[in-house]
Amino acid sequence: MEKEIRLMKGNEALAMAAIRYGADAYFGYPITPQSEVLETLMAEQPWETTGMVVLQAESEVSSINMVYGAAAAGKVVLTSSSSPGISLMCEGLSYIAASELPALVINVMRGGPGLGTIQPSQADYFQATKGGGHGDYHFIVLAPSSVQEMCDFVGLGWDLAFKYRTPAMILADGVVGQMMEKVVLPPQRPRHTDEEVRQRCPWAAMGRTPDRGRNVVTSLELDSAKMEVNNERFQATYRQIEANEVRFETYGTEDCDYLIVAFGSIARISQKAVELARKEGIKIGIIRPITLWPFPHDEVKRLASKSKGVLVVELNAGQMIEDVRLAVNGTVKVEHYGRLGGIVPTPDEILDAFKEKIYQK
Amino acid sequence: MDINDIIKPENQVYKKPALLNDNYMHYCPGCSHGVVHKLVAEIIEEMGVGEKTVGVAPVGCSVFAYNYIDVDWIEAAHGRAPAIATAVSRLYPKNLVFTYQGDGDLAAIGTAETIHAANRGENITIIFINNAIYGMTGGQMAPTTLLGMKTATTPYGRRVDLNGYPLKIGDILAQLDGTCYVTRQSVHTPAAVRKAKAAIKKAFQNSLDRKGTSVVEIVSTCNSGWKLTPEQSNKWMVEHMFEKYPMGDLKNL
Repeated sequence: MEKEIRLMKGNEALAMAAIRYGADAYFGYPITPQSEVLETLMAEQPWETTGMVVLQAESEVSSINMVYGAAAAGKVVLTSSSSPGISLMCEGLSYIAASELPALVINVMRGGPGLGTIQPSQADYFQATKGGGHGDYHFIVLAPSSVQEMCDFVGLGWDLAFKYRTPAMILADGVVGQMMEKVVLPPQRPRHTDEEVRQRCPWAAMGRTPDRGRNVVTSLELDSAKMEVNNERFQATYRQIEANEVRFETYGTEDCDYLIVAFGSIARISQKAVELARKEGIKIGIIRPITLWPFPHDEVKRLASKSKGVLVVELNAGQMIEDVRLAVNGTVKVEHYGRLGGIVPTPDEILDAFKEKIYQK
Repeated sequence: MDINDIIKPENQVYKKPALLNDNYMHYCPGCSHGVVHKLVAEIIEEMGVGEKTVGVAPVGCSVFAYNYIDVDWIEAAHGRAPAIATAVSRLYPKNLVFTYQGDGDLAAIGTAETIHAANRGENITIIFINNAIYGMTGGQMAPTTLLGMKTATTPYGRRVDLNGYPLKIGDILAQLDGTCYVTRQSVHTPAAVRKAKAAIKKAFQNSLDRKGTSVVEIVSTCNSGWKLTPEQSNKWMVEHMFEKYPMGDLKNL
């Protein structure tokens, strides 16, 4: 299959991208607002073309452990869910991180806490960037703001996951999952043969060959001295990721007097607010973190230091603002504007909040 | 001088399986795990499938199964082994994929994973050690603990009104269309060991032939948890466990 331009939902793009980036397997459980991922895969029947395995599991707990099994066997694997389902997956995510396995997990966030609502939200920022499960671990968190990025981050997520042997998460919100846009689907990437898996994942548990000892994938180590060494190795990987993989995008920051920090869909709505402000002669710039972990601390700090105030716009009660405040470290005023419960604000509302909380006449 | 000088290979009638390595086992003397581990290693070796076998270890006493049998292993979170085995089996359809699970892992925290993997007819073998107690955590009640049986969390004996009934998960699994073979065995006598070996071998062959899910339940002793000597444990198992969990095939297609 060649490169192809299509009009589709973000969730559908995730499914198409998974096939085209050479996924070996998808395991998932239906939950609104991302059920189109599994539906699209089942309709596409990739097992007939690329040989990809697609399986509807009995729960998110089972899905993430199927992901763990596939990843432990060196395969290119993903799952997708939405907030309550990701909570169920946190145990598995901790195991996958601790076993140093590459895997891709997608969270199309809905409003919480609890069963909450099926409308869009960004209230899982803490869960995604600070761990979620037990123990000292991180995974790479990519925040798409367009259907194109939904597609592209599937490939990027796997590239980073295999490079660092760590899980990666696409943290999207219900807006990006449900909206339709033009998307350029990549050409078909061939799946790896078993021999290629053996070469690129010499640690994989897929049946030992005479030329190597057995592979055991485990996160268990009862000897504290050894467990500390394991933890130090995880931390060294995280420091490497922080040094090499920070991604962000800026808009209007060359001449801005103020700064908005926002990720995902709300960053695009904030961009419209910035355009409205500029018509009134108020110069605001935007930094949109693409990697939420590792967070673009340095760039946020640099841009904030030359502005008169920072507004953090999120679809939550104030989560990323904690990372922004850590980066800014009190040098400039940082305020939050957010809507809760699945409400998405308009550009005017964002501009009004900016004028009320940040703007100095 | 090594063993081959003392007993010439042609005179050997019994030896340690090549896939059972020299690591000291952490199991208590009298525990059934050691015998079942030996059988698993012996059968994989006899079937010549060591290079395409992936075992999935549980949480519980046999969490360290991977330390003793020289094949590739994945260590599961508590109860999740059948989900992991599902993925590996589907992605490597020619492999022999088996889980090795205790009663708490398989019949309490992992009931959903067990039943749904079996109901999908995953081409895996589930080796189920049923000793009616949680050995690793210090002898607490298991879903299979007998009524009246004393454990750390049923210190006055298991009561229906407090704890419900012992779960006959093997019987449930035999009802599912996805299973091709469900059998209940033990390893407390040489004859029982031979039968258990034949059962595990049949289960592994079913998995290689992709006939569906095979389950080999081994009713086992936990003399430490039961607070009995190894010999008393065997006797107690025959007298009490076999009544609730009778030996033999529950399903054999």
